[in-house]
Amino acid sequence: MTALTDRPPVAAAPAHHDRRGARTLATRILGYATLVFFGLVFLYPFVIQLGNSFKTEPDAAANPLSPIPDPLTVAGFERIFTGTNFPLWLGNSLLVTVLVTLGRVFFDSLAGYALARLRFRGRSGLFAAVIAVMAVPGVVLLIPKFLVLNQLGIYNSYAGLVVPLLADAAGVFIMKQFFESIPVSMEEAARIDGAGVFRTYWSVVLPMARPALITLTILSFQGSWNEFPHSLVSVQDPDLFTLPRGLADLVSGSLGKGTQYPLKLGAALLATIPVAVLFVIFQRYFVRGANEGAEKG
Amino acid sequence: MATEAIAAPATATGGPERRRGRGVRGDENVAGWLFVAPVIVILGLFLLLPILMALWVSLTDWNGQGSPFTSKVPFVGTDNYTRLFTEDGLARRDFMTSIRNNGYYVAIVVPAQTALALGLALVVNNRMLRGKAFFRSAFYFPSVTSSVAISVVFLFLFANSGAVNALLRLFGVDGPQWFADSRGVLHLLLGAVGVDSAPAALAGGGPFGLSWWEWLSGPSVAMMSIITLVVWTTSGTFMLMFLAALQSVPVALDEASTLDGASRWQRFRYVTLPMIKPTMFLVLTLGLIGSWQVFDQVYVMSQGDPAKTTLTPAYLSYRTAFRDFDYGSGAAISFVLFLIIIVLTLVQRRVMADRDTDRPRRARWWRRRVPEGSPS
Repeated sequence: MTALTDRPPVAAAPAHHDRRGARTLATRILGYATLVFFGLVFLYPFVIQLGNSFKTEPDAAANPLSPIPDPLTVAGFERIFTGTNFPLWLGNSLLVTVLVTLGRVFFDSLAGYALARLRFRGRSGLFAAVIAVMAVPGVVLLIPKFLVLNQLGIYNSYAGLVVPLLADAAGVFIMKQFFESIPVSMEEAARIDGAGVFRTYWSVVLPMARPALITLTILSFQGSWNEFPHSLVSVQDPDLFTLPRGLADLVSGSLGKGTQYPLKLGAALLATIPVAVLFVIFQRYFVRGANEGAEKG
Repeated sequence: MATEAIAAPATATGGPERRRGRGVRGDENVAGWLFVAPVIVILGLFLLLPILMALWVSLTDWNGQGSPFTSKVPFVGTDNYTRLFTEDGLARRDFMTSIRNNGYYVAIVVPAQTALALGLALVVNNRMLRGKAFFRSAFYFPSVTSSVAISVVFLFLFANSGAVNALLRLFGVDGPQWFADSRGVLHLLLGAVGVDSAPAALAGGGPFGLSWWEWLSGPSVAMMSIITLVVWTTSGTFMLMFLAALQSVPVALDEASTLDGASRWQRFRYVTLPMIKPTMFLVLTLGLIGSWQVFDQVYVMSQGDPAKTTLTPAYLSYRTAFRDFDYGSGAAISFVLFLIIIVLTLVQRRVMADRDTDRPRRARWWRRRVPEGSPS
């Protein structure tokens, strides 16, 4: 299994027939045409989103395909910040995302380490439970989650929004697999030198686990920033809405008259930017995350 | 694992002289449970316990008032379940409609996203092309964005005066009013050959309270726009899985078959495809499991409308509980959906496990970094 790097082009064989050369050229042109076509299919919706968020409403309705606003206006963005609760949603989303990411990275790696290295009674049973939990589909948990939050008295609170997301089975699985792949010698040395279990974990093992920790951080950030169904069943007070919840609320008609697409597209754009920036910087970790999904199956 | 036998490590309190004592093992026992405790508490409290609570609620008529765990809440046994299957009424009609809608959705989304993902992976894996890294990212990017934000974009694209209809107009086609159009695609196709209403044989009598004609509607035009969105967002992830598999196909194998005179199609069909069969199976089953869970897009784009043709079991269970305050029925729908997904998951894990015992375990991603260009 190789990393997802491009292979260097194979040097052309010296004994190329002309016919084969022509066919290779044709294949290449076809290949590039396919790439560009699908590149447009996958990216142009974002271009349309960007362009139309700077348009006036009549312009967006008349020329939806055009990426160039005519006239260019930031009225939509002004209204996002003055006419909606966007700043509040942004704040809530940041709070939830930071807390959930910190919690997942810490708790998942602790549990992953214990399941990979520490010998304790019930370990294999626990790991089987983690695997089983990963198979539980999120959407069937909507009503159950509401029930338990309601019963615990944290429905409609920041605690209800954050605490249930603080650990996830997939993260535990990723960390366990990682810890099993690194050599034990360093840990043994630390333990022989008299370091305790937690001390060894914190100052010897965690620094070695950087790639897995970065992957987990990114997956957690992306997951909790985009999380929608949980916010739907854990809060109903508009002051506690996160960005996805607020956006969904905008779309379902809380804006009043008109379609107001420039505003909606602009708000969706702003909500996409943090993950987009993260994606550009840490792309290979996203790729790893995706293939980790393949591993756990 | 063998390393643990020789580890028997010392602890801060014990010191080196206690290395082989029982204290160490006891220490790891306590530490182990302490380390996993936060995860056990969170997953137990917010995942296992709620499932049990919902199982109880699905046997009651709780309407959301007060606690569902008092004697005042009427216990109805399996009524909420039987109403979905055996009693003729609105509950069964809605549930079966949602099953039909999601069934057509799965039947289109899974093959379409798998084919698109494989096609994109083949192009991006082509050794002769440059700039592939950029396109790979471009294809994958929609997968990482917020489902809600991207649904907003597609609402605009598929609006009556939106980009899709503008594009269709360039080709002289009058696009439909996507989200107001409840006509089934199969009905439209039949209409094109002159069958505009239910033929007598199909007008009644289908299973579970829907007529055969209703079962055979196909996905509605509105559902097609959701299908387009989902195929567009998920293909990137599956492309990466195919790409990882394709890159593990030895280059030498491909070249050998070329020398043997195999055509491009033959190489794909008889060399590449068999080599990536496990990934193909993985992508198909992950797709099956995922596409029975469609919720966010329905919530944002259509709320089950028009004429209930985008209703899915996940959305129906939400709506039944949180809009109609019939938590018992909502929970019952969740558990039927749960059953569907768990069966699919078990089938997948069974087959994947068989495969793993056949072949050596696949390397994990952090060990995958083989020097560039070397066949792994």
